Amino acid sequence: MADLGTTPPLPAAPGVGRRTLLGYVLAAPILAVAVDWGLETAAPASAAAAIPTLPGVADLFDLSDAQTAAAMPTSHLISMELRTDGTVHFALPRMEVGQGITTSTAMIIADEMDIPVEKVVITLADARPELVMNQLTGGSNTTMSTYYPIRTAAAIARGRLLKAASLMLGGLPVSGLVTLGGEVIAPDGTRLSYGSLSKPAAATSTTAVKATLKPDTDLKVVGRPHNRIDAHAAITGEKTFTMDLHVPGALPTMVCRPPTINGKVKRVKNAKAVLRMPGVTHVATIPTGVAVRARTFGQCIDAVRALRVDWTPGLAGSKSDADITAELKAAEIPLVVPDVPLVAKSIDSEFWFAFAGNSALETNCAIADVRKGRAEIWGGFKAPIVAQSEIAAAIGLPASAVTVHCVNGGGSFGRKLFHDAATEAAQASKRMGVPVKLMWHRADDARQGRVHPMSIARTRATVLLGEVLTYEQRHTSVRTEFSHGFGDVITAAAGHLPVGDFSLAQFIYLTSQSTHYDFGVTTQMLDEVETRAFNTGAMRNIYSPNTAVARELTVDKIAKAVGKDPYDFRMATIKDPRSKAALQKVATVGKWGRTMPAGHAQGLGIHNEYHGFSACLVEIDTTPATVNRRVRDAVTGPRVTKVVFAVDVGLVVNPRGLEAQMMGGIMDGIALALTSSLHLSDGHFQEASWDNYAYTREWNVPFDVEIVIMPSTGSDPGGAGELGVAAAFAATAAAYARAVGKMPTRFPINHDQPLFFTPKPTVPPVPASPTNGLHRY
Amino acid sequence: MSKHAKKKHAKKHTFVVNGRRVEVEVEGDVHLLWVLRDILGITGPKYGCGINVCKACTSHLNGRAFNPCSVPVSKIKPDDEITTIEGLPATVGKALHPMQEAWLENDVAQCGYCQPGQIMAAVDLVHRVRKQGRAITDADLDTLRNICRCGTYPRLREAIRDGAKQM
Repeated sequence: MADLGTTPPLPAAPGVGRRTLLGYVLAAPILAVAVDWGLETAAPASAAAAIPTLPGVADLFDLSDAQTAAAMPTSHLISMELRTDGTVHFALPRMEVGQGITTSTAMIIADEMDIPVEKVVITLADARPELVMNQLTGGSNTTMSTYYPIRTAAAIARGRLLKAASLMLGGLPVSGLVTLGGEVIAPDGTRLSYGSLSKPAAATSTTAVKATLKPDTDLKVVGRPHNRIDAHAAITGEKTFTMDLHVPGALPTMVCRPPTINGKVKRVKNAKAVLRMPGVTHVATIPTGVAVRARTFGQCIDAVRALRVDWTPGLAGSKSDADITAELKAAEIPLVVPDVPLVAKSIDSEFWFAFAGNSALETNCAIADVRKGRAEIWGGFKAPIVAQSEIAAAIGLPASAVTVHCVNGGGSFGRKLFHDAATEAAQASKRMGVPVKLMWHRADDARQGRVHPMSIARTRATVLLGEVLTYEQRHTSVRTEFSHGFGDVITAAAGHLPVGDFSLAQFIYLTSQSTHYDFGVTTQMLDEVETRAFNTGAMRNIYSPNTAVARELTVDKIAKAVGKDPYDFRMATIKDPRSKAALQKVATVGKWGRTMPAGHAQGLGIHNEYHGFSACLVEIDTTPATVNRRVRDAVTGPRVTKVVFAVDVGLVVNPRGLEAQMMGGIMDGIALALTSSLHLSDGHFQEASWDNYAYTREWNVPFDVEIVIMPSTGSDPGGAGELGVAAAFAATAAAYARAVGKMPTRFPINHDQPLFFTPKPTVPPVPASPTNGLHRY
Repeated sequence: MSKHAKKKHAKKHTFVVNGRRVEVEVEGDVHLLWVLRDILGITGPKYGCGINVCKACTSHLNGRAFNPCSVPVSKIKPDDEITTIEGLPATVGKALHPMQEAWLENDVAQCGYCQPGQIMAAVDLVHRVRKQGRAITDADLDTLRNICRCGTYPRLREAIRDGAKQM
């Protein structure tokens, strides 16, 4: 192979500002390039606050900046290689759970390298402890933090290929060569495929090189709609999830769990009898319950149901929703109105939000093969480095002896930040001395899985002569667990930021909640009630959906108090022009203010976060004919009939993927407003099935959903994975309030109605497998 | 463990899956989903609930949708033909079924976990509606019980209408 030395930067295109960044050519038999992971940070959004409201923390430095900044000092190399068959391979140190980052990453590489997207193969990297906190997927941060590093690596590769081609073509100047479709093309029409150049472009020693990125105007793939690269695999059944993997000897394993949250095993009364059941190979007590391993999962279910276990009481005791609500009320931080004239009118509101489930369709699951002195784990991990160290600790091995493979996830919504099933799998494998394929039953996932905490949001606005003088918001919540490392990312950065000494949760709250309106003196605070009774976690968009609902409903209330239309009032008070443009777009497209029949209404909501801006218009039908429609084992109720959603996330990599993320966020928002919650009663959640936890189903889906992607602004991408939820939730709540003429204060609106299902027994902890499947579909 | 106890129940079962005759030795009360996934290694049908609610395992039995999580293998007869997502294209003699093509066209999948069940349910819905000699309506789409926790429903509905036109 030729040693080409250091590749000079590509000639700069005239005019457009181009970024020159540093990377490496690695010593390897084929072309391999690398960059520091996290070498770029998105510029903090500067808040042009020309008006009385000072920028909030999130306006200056939002959560995604904190994450990107945290990655800086600890980042390390990530590499990309070009194989001789002309394919580019990149192991992405992020987790794909449906949000489309493998597709967008392939697009970014393809564009910078001039290679077809189909030639780019993206896999998920194993846990790489040397990346420290820069292998965490959360906070809608992936594209923001990876866009420039990935482009840099691709640009270096392209530069090397040009140089190698130049040498092979007898020293033709690089400036005369063109790259297109995975080939280098010479002026005389000679074409050299990238694959044929892989070895000549390889380096014998690792060298630092500079790369100049293409100007944005030359990008042809980024910014154009592209279908998912795994779509074909998904629709043919070939897409492999953790439970589809074949790991030799890893037999199905399930856990018999306590009837209350986090109860512990006191005594197993019939382990020997259960071990004799058909298919069963092992029964072992682990910290969270009794694990059974069998030839099939069906036999695991039967064994779990047959186990007779004495349990300690759960940590939630016999508490119910009302008890936890009382605890939150007792912990509330007072609203303290700053100095305002006595004649100013105070508008106070309080909103309550039930526990919600972030359970994905793929239940918690993992494969573990624990041997003497080493372990191998497969699963969906958004925080694989934390998973690796905690699993290692749980089975008494050094982290270096535990290999953690990341497998495509069947949804996450925050759930895969945790590795509960993988820890259990490792413990079970160790106790049993054999590999296990451990899966949670749906009932386990609903009852014992992570939940989004119950919370109360209070707002107070003071108004004088039609002007809002002050706006305060207080959020009181059951503690959200951030122990998966997301918190570490943030606190690592917190010390370096101009935001004072906040607790971790406060910090996350403040960095995710920007001040949306010019409402004079604005304060927002979070208070969390410390309790270890529940297994909590951040659900898609963390605090924002509930916070946004309280804010937007309050805005509607203020508008009414000052005699203005909700749209006009917002347009007059929204701070950011991009936010205003998004709202204007949905109002125009959705024909805000059009005449609606009785029982129908429109509602609006906005939300800004992750350097993105969103606005939503919802139309809802609350007529009796709709509300009272019957679907078996289901929540019907009011139906959202139409949604118009506008989103501006700065530079858009894949509009089709962005639209998909907004679509999912909208369905989440509708569920949170109208149908889905967990009911805590007597120390456990009542829901144990998808026919209990009423996430949006076909009979709740709007007939018309239009998502408008605002023209790309700037050359930095914003976050998208979570942005859709808050504005959609708020707009749905607002529409409902206007349709029925009464503002709801408890969400979802059906939570206080009698349960629409009969709760399943908690002993045994999972329901029997039905046998009527030939007659009931 | 007692091997004797197991011998007492395990028995040979034979049926046709995706055009291929299979024979498995397993206890008759093991549900078909686990026979497909854990014994035959056919992993297209997914587990989402195990109680005939989420529909992630939807497959076809003699051309009609059903949920193998809720059928003990003993209820499957030797002549029964089971089609999972893996065998769907062969039912039309093509590389992909028109419904799968419509899925690609609309870029329906997000995480993809529910998609095999969604497609199998969609094909069945189109067959049923067609037997009634009419086109798919919103009311028909509302009857689908398959859950998509990613919330790609609007694209699902569009793809089903598109796929129906090509079937």
